[in-house]
Amino acid sequence: MTEKRIRVLVAKPGLDGHDRGAKVVARALRDAGMEVIYTGLRQTPEQIVAAAIQEDVDVVAMSILSGAHNHLFPRVVELLKEKGADDVLVVGGGVIPDADIPFLKEKGVAEIFTPGTPTSVSIEFIKNNVKR
Amino acid sequence: MELVQRARQGDRRAIARLISLAENEAPEATAALQELYQYTGGAHIIGITGPPGSGKSTLTDKLVKELRKRGKTVGVIAVDPTSPFTGGAILGDRVRMADLALDEGVYIRSMGTRGSLGGLSKATHYTIKILDACGFDYILIETVGVGQSEVDIVKTADTVLVITVPGLGDDIQAIKAGILEIGDIFAVNKADRDGANRVVVELEMMLDLDPEKSNWRPPILLTVAAQSKGITELLDTIMNHKEFLEKSGLLEKRRRERLENEVLDLVVQKISNYITEKVGQEGRLNKELDRIMRREVDPYTVVNKIFQETLK
Repeated sequence: MTEKRIRVLVAKPGLDGHDRGAKVVARALRDAGMEVIYTGLRQTPEQIVAAAIQEDVDVVAMSILSGAHNHLFPRVVELLKEKGADDVLVVGGGVIPDADIPFLKEKGVAEIFTPGTPTSVSIEFIKNNVKR
Repeated sequence: MELVQRARQGDRRAIARLISLAENEAPEATAALQELYQYTGGAHIIGITGPPGSGKSTLTDKLVKELRKRGKTVGVIAVDPTSPFTGGAILGDRVRMADLALDEGVYIRSMGTRGSLGGLSKATHYTIKILDACGFDYILIETVGVGQSEVDIVKTADTVLVITVPGLGDDIQAIKAGILEIGDIFAVNKADRDGANRVVVELEMMLDLDPEKSNWRPPILLTVAAQSKGITELLDTIMNHKEFLEKSGLLEKRRRERLENEVLDLVVQKISNYITEKVGQEGRLNKELDRIMRREVDPYTVVNKIFQETLK
């Protein structure tokens, strides 16, 4: 049996058009030996979850700059649960006020990475927290 | 196996899991494939190949939509390169297929090459069987952006679609050996660019030189996938090829050849694993390597010795 690769879906939910950060993260995860499925801009939570299931990913990593994180992140967690895929680790990043982080964690987002987080921190977190 | 039952009933999570097992070469995967094999053979397998940036993903996206219009279900396997250094990969072909994610009649799976050359991953073959057995009518395989000699797809697909674009080189490119030889159908994509007609002429010329005149002369189509131009005609041509394969008996012939390759490959793999394991035991290989390093013996003698000792 070959070594299992960690598969990560990197997605940009909602309406913003800036994905440089997401691409930097995608590249860093790639360099850490993970398989990164990048879905592109302006994804709905439904699209993200459908892709996560078809791709059988271990992690969904989302980046939001538009301010809609309190709505979109929990929705993805909820839909994953509905589809029986609650063993997928969900993490988020982007421009997210500190004050919102406890709420998001309570809703099932495992960790939030705000601007300035070294990619090595996200990589370590993912490696230590994948659920399967 | 419960997973197999669920996958056959269309449970996407079960299909996804089976593919992962196959990809990770998990021991359960063989059992699942043994169980699934009887249900395979129904799907028409279309390989889509061509150089990086020729528009394979966009064209795949449009072909899937056209197939859906015609009421067919479609599985898509999109292969992207794995880093030879880290083992990681960015699988980015879904970007052009984003609005297919929610279509219940479509299943898209991205794969890294994971070390295999030839434009496909080892697991691609297993994934085709899984999707076939789960009832998808058409399976589209998008290879990694191939250069000139990654021609695995021809050993895998019923219909090979080679995509090319204007501006890739001079006319000597068209008569070199490699991917241009394997096409059943050619699409000159981005045909709104200068030089598309010249590419068509060069391809026609190449086909004229083909010594093996068969009853199927590969058609050459002009497409602009990003604007959905030429897609209906392209799918019609694929359908014609499918019918040609079926009526001429070539489909059965090709599938039999493929099976022969596959079975032989598996046998070779098994033997290779067996020998590697045997030789690796108790540092046997290391002792021989030491002797070779000291020039006490040559590698060829050692190989013969290993061969005779392990396979007797």
